[in-house]
Amino acid sequence: MLEPQDRIRFEQLVLPHLDSATNLARWLLRNRADSDDLVQEAMLRAYRFFDRFHGGDARAWLLQIVRNTCYTWLEKNRPSELMTEFNEEVHQRPSATPESLAAQADERQRLMLALESLSPRFREVLVLRELEGCSYKEIGEITGIPIGTVMSTLSRARERLQRTMTAAAKEVS
Amino acid sequence: MNCELAKTTVHGYFDGELDAVRSAEFERHLENCVECQTELKDIESLRALLHESNLYEQASAEFRERIRKQLAHGAERVSPVRSRRWFLVPAFGSLAAAAAVVAIMFFVLQSQTQSARITAELIDAHVRSLQPGHLTDVQSTDQHTVKPWFDGKLDFVPPVSDYSEQGFPLVGGRLDAVDGRNVAALVYSRRKHFINLFVWPYREKEPSFVSSGSRQGYHWMAWQSDDMRFCLISDASATDLRDLKDLIHR
Repeated sequence: MLEPQDRIRFEQLVLPHLDSATNLARWLLRNRADSDDLVQEAMLRAYRFFDRFHGGDARAWLLQIVRNTCYTWLEKNRPSELMTEFNEEVHQRPSATPESLAAQADERQRLMLALESLSPRFREVLVLRELEGCSYKEIGEITGIPIGTVMSTLSRARERLQRTMTAAAKEVS
Repeated sequence: MNCELAKTTVHGYFDGELDAVRSAEFERHLENCVECQTELKDIESLRALLHESNLYEQASAEFRERIRKQLAHGAERVSPVRSRRWFLVPAFGSLAAAAAVVAIMFFVLQSQTQSARITAELIDAHVRSLQPGHLTDVQSTDQHTVKPWFDGKLDFVPPVSDYSEQGFPLVGGRLDAVDGRNVAALVYSRRKHFINLFVWPYREKEPSFVSSGSRQGYHWMAWQSDDMRFCLISDASATDLRDLKDLIHR
């Protein structure tokens, strides 16, 4: 078990990032029920491994654990999602065809589905950059993507999301 | 698309990740490259759409409560993930998990500590300040107007600087109350977001208030320096807050 002063540090440094953990897991797993369970598991893991945290960016450290927990779960429960990663053309979930997207009355719903239709690798860089405001360095730290390729991964992810949204917009008009 | 930079460098530029030299180089290129101009506009509007759509999902009150409750009823119902496959977990492993969870529970209860309470108060103050007419008592981009305005209103002198050149123009200042005392609130803007910087003196024997995080879509970053405490709160990105903090302590 941790020493009392470490427990206080954990409370001050790691717990405030529960929202960030929740957000990343929700987008990686595409649903809230599973992601809350996994965030809970990740918080436990973070607590157990807290002696391995040697200062620095606590949010990135926690999100790395959350991400690993989610990927382990995906490998076990939805391996097909990970197998299609980066295979952009194959990876198009039926729920995110231009037609089904266009059928969504509001743009927010369309955007959510479009984001969910991306492979987990693209989805996570977008979520980390655009929703979480992470720097490239932090994204590299969390996802294990070499810092030099964060920019190009993000660029492809944005292009993919734009294309999906444009296709849906054409269906609407 | 033929311009290679439109596929990569424009993103680094947009995200503020290029160093000064590359950034200046790219700006020269941008003047004459229609592809890059279009791409820049596209990713700008994509970001705007993502931000406007409120896609950020925070931990629900139920979720925070869930951890608390399950623990109150004993650690055997710690996590639905685990309990479904309970029979697979060796007994001592589950005991260790239970112990760890009891500890987590301790933290969750502890999170109603002073620093969590102050953070909550500051976020409330930030949200209140965004209501029409509440943002500033003194509205000026001139630090020499804003700073003297606090004279006689506070028992300390808050540091006031304008960072327009670095992309964080000063909007003004106002008095606010946090933790039962008057504090200085300085308002900066970042693109279309407002950032509140709360400043108040450090009282002796107070627990330290150094934290960062996000709640309800707002990011905060709190730190101490000499005898002052600082807290930035905004719906701008955490990176923006860090940049502003670095400017304040340059």
